[in-house]
Amino acid sequence: MPTVAPLDLEGHCLAAVFLGDVPHFALADGAIHRLDNGHKTVQANDGLLAAFHDAANDRLITGGEDGKVFAVKAGGETQEVASAGKKWITSVAAGPQGAIAYATGKTAFVRFADGKTKEFLHPRSVEGLAFSPKGMRFGVARYNGATLHFPAAEGKPVELEWAGAHTGITFSPDGAFLVTTMQENALHGWKLADGKHMRMSGYPGKVKSLSWSVKGKWLASSGAPAAIVWPFSSKDGPMGKAPLELGTRGNAMVTAVACHPSQDVVAVGYDDGMVMAVRFADAKEVLLRRPGKGAITAMMWDKEERRVAFGSAAGDCGVIDITA
Amino acid sequence: MSDAQTQIPVTVLTGYLGAGKTTLLNRILSESHGKRYAVIVNEFGEIGIDNDLIVESDEEIYEMNNGCVCCTVRGDLIRVVEGLMRRPGRFDAIVVETTGLADPVPVAQTFFMDDDVRSKTKLDAVVALVDAKHLPLRLKDSKEAEDQIAFADVVVLNKTDLVTPEELAKVEATIRAINPAARIHRTTRAGVALSEVLDRGAFDLSKALENDPHFLEAHDDHDHHDHDHDHDHDHHHHDHDGHDHHHHAHPSDIHDVTVQSVSLRGGEMDPKKFFPWIEKITQMEGPNILRLKGIIALKGDDERYVLQGVHMIIEGDHQRAWKDGEKHESRLVFIGRELDAERLKKSFDACQAA
Repeated sequence: MPTVAPLDLEGHCLAAVFLGDVPHFALADGAIHRLDNGHKTVQANDGLLAAFHDAANDRLITGGEDGKVFAVKAGGETQEVASAGKKWITSVAAGPQGAIAYATGKTAFVRFADGKTKEFLHPRSVEGLAFSPKGMRFGVARYNGATLHFPAAEGKPVELEWAGAHTGITFSPDGAFLVTTMQENALHGWKLADGKHMRMSGYPGKVKSLSWSVKGKWLASSGAPAAIVWPFSSKDGPMGKAPLELGTRGNAMVTAVACHPSQDVVAVGYDDGMVMAVRFADAKEVLLRRPGKGAITAMMWDKEERRVAFGSAAGDCGVIDITA
Repeated sequence: MSDAQTQIPVTVLTGYLGAGKTTLLNRILSESHGKRYAVIVNEFGEIGIDNDLIVESDEEIYEMNNGCVCCTVRGDLIRVVEGLMRRPGRFDAIVVETTGLADPVPVAQTFFMDDDVRSKTKLDAVVALVDAKHLPLRLKDSKEAEDQIAFADVVVLNKTDLVTPEELAKVEATIRAINPAARIHRTTRAGVALSEVLDRGAFDLSKALENDPHFLEAHDDHDHHDHDHDHDHDHHHHDHDGHDHHHHAHPSDIHDVTVQSVSLRGGEMDPKKFFPWIEKITQMEGPNILRLKGIIALKGDDERYVLQGVHMIIEGDHQRAWKDGEKHESRLVFIGRELDAERLKKSFDACQAA
């Protein structure tokens, strides 16, 4: 039976991540809490708006109301890495070779590991940012599509068009697909080799959480009373295929998903604070956490595949140990 | 689900450059009224007050991908409101300042069409600042100036010291012609009582129409002004009972006004006829309807039914029981363009209970 080590905080949790093997919880006020032989806290932004787990460098990149970007490392080491003036930093991402990207208004910035920064202007607001896993390439979610930049080279960006407001963006782990979340209740995807479109719709709510399964075979998503898991293992992605619906509940909506690092299992968080683990093969469910005070907003598995850190909109965070 | 207890009220300030928005904003931020405001502006500009809760945001108008051209929202507001609401407790209300040329509709629709925004905030009122001296010019060269007035719940008619009484009366009559339902306050230096622009509940179905005894009178007896108003609209006064007066369309009597209002009055409505009718009207005429508001008497229903709409979005609810002796009367006003008053009246009348 899984056990939960709770960490009751005040405020909306934007990110729950393991840095090293220490669970960290980033709250909307900019405080980064961690369970590291007791509860410890460091302050990053004055008001946190966006956070991205940079797995390759074992750090959390944060952007906030103060117009600053911080890198937070295990043990509470916090470093300001960029500042963009008075405007809010609304999106951050980390990429290969220590590069990070951040956005304010219509401008996206890429900061390379050597500290050099490049600016990318857009006609409309930058809504979401993501790096491709391979090569120095990053994507911007925007109104009516996505834009792909190659920050290490000169040259024109690639524009991918699809009507509507695109709010978030992610590349598949093999770099073959690009998927955006939309203002409407849908995902949109492009097969990058030929630009073919993939419409993934039918959600009753907005999709706010996406998670690729091991080797990118599946893409799990929130926004429905079940985790909606699209098959991406064939060369054309989910086109013409139905998604899995895992962990269906009649009276709750899925608000966060996190795929297991090595198995076809997804941790599913709901708007009432419940967390379940569900296996893709047979849809078998295991309850990990009973309902709490607020909707689950963030989750991550640790490297040992033993624990799940979770955060909620109400601040009742914690760590689930599935082996206990 | 939305919870009225925790929904933060949002006031939208519109008005042309120079109409006095910044003056009013500075007053909201600096006067002691016991409330804290988060302010969303397009540019930090001239707000002379240092406040962490002034957020600069690029106006981003997003068309919803549902095939409806009038379904637009402000994408940047969705994001900013979401960010602000992750840290509640810092402020009691939000003020959104729009640019001079802004269309107020996407701003307002954001608070109805986005589920996240809607669950955490509620539109309180749209306030339009109007420069008494320059309005005639503005109406000549732009549609937006007119839209801002047509869409407003409260009009602050500012800089009245720069015009003659005759000019002022004319400007006010123009505003009335565009929007008979709005409250008008004559001011200099945006000197309106803040209680007249904040916390109005103009979109709150339970109290909106209650709040405003003049609402839907549509005949301009707005005697909450402590000035005489012997201007050209007085002839509408108090002849509500004449049946031939229950619809007015007056787009044409004043120059450069293309917005019209259609006020309808009737007795008790047959719900089986009324609801399909209002659905159909808003579906078909949605792009032409800027605002609609109404109090409906439904046959066999002990409670008043109130409704309001923005373009194709319409919401309605029971408000309160009819009082003893209160006339069971239905009133509905449409503010928009190219409205067919005759057809609206006929089809509305046809919904009356036998």
